[in-house]
Amino acid sequence: MDRAEVNEKIRSLIEPFNKKGVAIADGTTFAGDLEFDSLTVMDFVAAIEDEFDIIISMNQQAEIETFGQLVDAVTKMVS
Amino acid sequence: MTEGVNQPDQPETVSGHTPDLFAKFDPLIAMREGLLASGVEDPFDLVMEKVLSPTRAVCNGRETILLGTYNYMGMTFDPEVIEAGKQALADFGAGTTGSRVLNGTYQGHKEVEKALCEFYAMDHAMVFSTGYQANLGIISTIAGKGDYIVLDIDSHASIWDGCKLGDAEIVPFKHNDIEAMEKRLRRIPDGAGKLVILEGVYSMLGDIAPLKEMVAVAKKHGAMVLVDEAHSMGFIGHHGRGVAEDQDCLADVDFVIGTFSKSVGTVGGFCVSNHPKFEILRLVCRPYVFTASLPPSVVATAATSIRKLMHGSNKRAHLWENSKTLHAGLKALGFQLGTEEPQSAIVAVIMPDLERGAAMWEALIEGGLYVNLARPPATPANMTLLRCSLCAEHTGEEVQTILGIFEAAGKAVGII
Ligand SMILES: Cc1ncc(COP(=O)(O)O)c(C=O)c1O
Repeated sequence: MDRAEVNEKIRSLIEPFNKKGVAIADGTTFAGDLEFDSLTVMDFVAAIEDEFDIIISMNQQAEIETFGQLVDAVTKMVS
Repeated sequence: MTEGVNQPDQPETVSGHTPDLFAKFDPLIAMREGLLASGVEDPFDLVMEKVLSPTRAVCNGRETILLGTYNYMGMTFDPEVIEAGKQALADFGAGTTGSRVLNGTYQGHKEVEKALCEFYAMDHAMVFSTGYQANLGIISTIAGKGDYIVLDIDSHASIWDGCKLGDAEIVPFKHNDIEAMEKRLRRIPDGAGKLVILEGVYSMLGDIAPLKEMVAVAKKHGAMVLVDEAHSMGFIGHHGRGVAEDQDCLADVDFVIGTFSKSVGTVGGFCVSNHPKFEILRLVCRPYVFTASLPPSVVATAATSIRKLMHGSNKRAHLWENSKTLHAGLKALGFQLGTEEPQSAIVAVIMPDLERGAAMWEALIEGGLYVNLARPPATPANMTLLRCSLCAEHTGEEVQTILGIFEAAGKAVGII
């Protein structure tokens, strides 16, 4: 799967968690722009893990702050 | 000699803007001030001036029924327990002034470990200075770099801190969700070590885990299993060994973590296990090695208490009775509770928000009842909870009094 496909999929997965309809770009931050709390993060990560059949450990999550970094990380895991 | 001794004082130069390290606490300080400005007594600054019994104390000048102490079996004032402590204090002194692996292992430490082995019918027991340190030490030591820890998202702070202290990959799953746990175990790369961490009773809502199914799934995937039974020891299971015993899966649990600060009625923590190499942990577990051991009086009271808990079935029955009566009574009054049915000796009352939770807490304390106020972020789903923990020494009459105080407070605050 290439980056564009991963980007597309994660964009659709994020929708139910993007309560305020924030415009998503590579630089969009989860904690700041999207105001994700720890529970939302868990549900959102679980949705991605299930979609791509991967594990994103909390250690890996700590390195991911923006939407673009998430897409990069998942792309790396699935390719 | 240290290098600095012969150096002249450095000139003070502060370059650029340096933020106050305490700035990060500003939101919490503001929240506290807001709460106290509305006139409530500070729920986190209660002083017990006198302790009359396991269920009564004088708090802030008022005689108060204690319903938030985790003193489940009421062992704190047991005459034999107290006597054992006094004797050890006289015979062995006030403290050990040393680590378990140096000068801090006394006869009493060996005896309490033996009592634990007998209580759980397991081969090995290791006693720590607190339950917090037991989780910190065992978890961070056995799961290392490249290993995976799969744990329930509602795990106790000491479990999370144990994960943080170690180098393993941390993978949480939704509370008590067997399928979510299995999916994560299935995705762990081949060859990696796996540790599943569960609790018997989750102390925020007082709910129990479906350990039988979860432990079976963990074993199917080749994981080791650690269960924290802090809130079930002495009370749940035929011998009081906890939820794993009650659900008939204790034999498949590799490590049980527990504490002396609840049913045992003193302070301290432990891990029991049948793992053949368990004893090596005494040399490599830093929160065990690099801290002083428990005082002789504490281990003596703990050993005596643990041995008495082996024969506590009457008290257990009464504690269940109390839990059921309180749960049913609060439900009938219209309070929203953490579980549909009573599952442990903890009954959690869910508050609509922090303000009314604090107001309710204050109305209860003024009515002569102490419960725990739990607030985000320690609580699941950011709830505000009034946590009630029952004691085998609460009389049936006292439970009725407690319900009366809840009714009056709930009406005054407008929650029911
Ligand atoms: C689930 C759980 N584990 C561990 C602990 C820590 O126990 P201790 O008070 O002995 O540090 C507690 C209690 O605070 C607990 O609730």
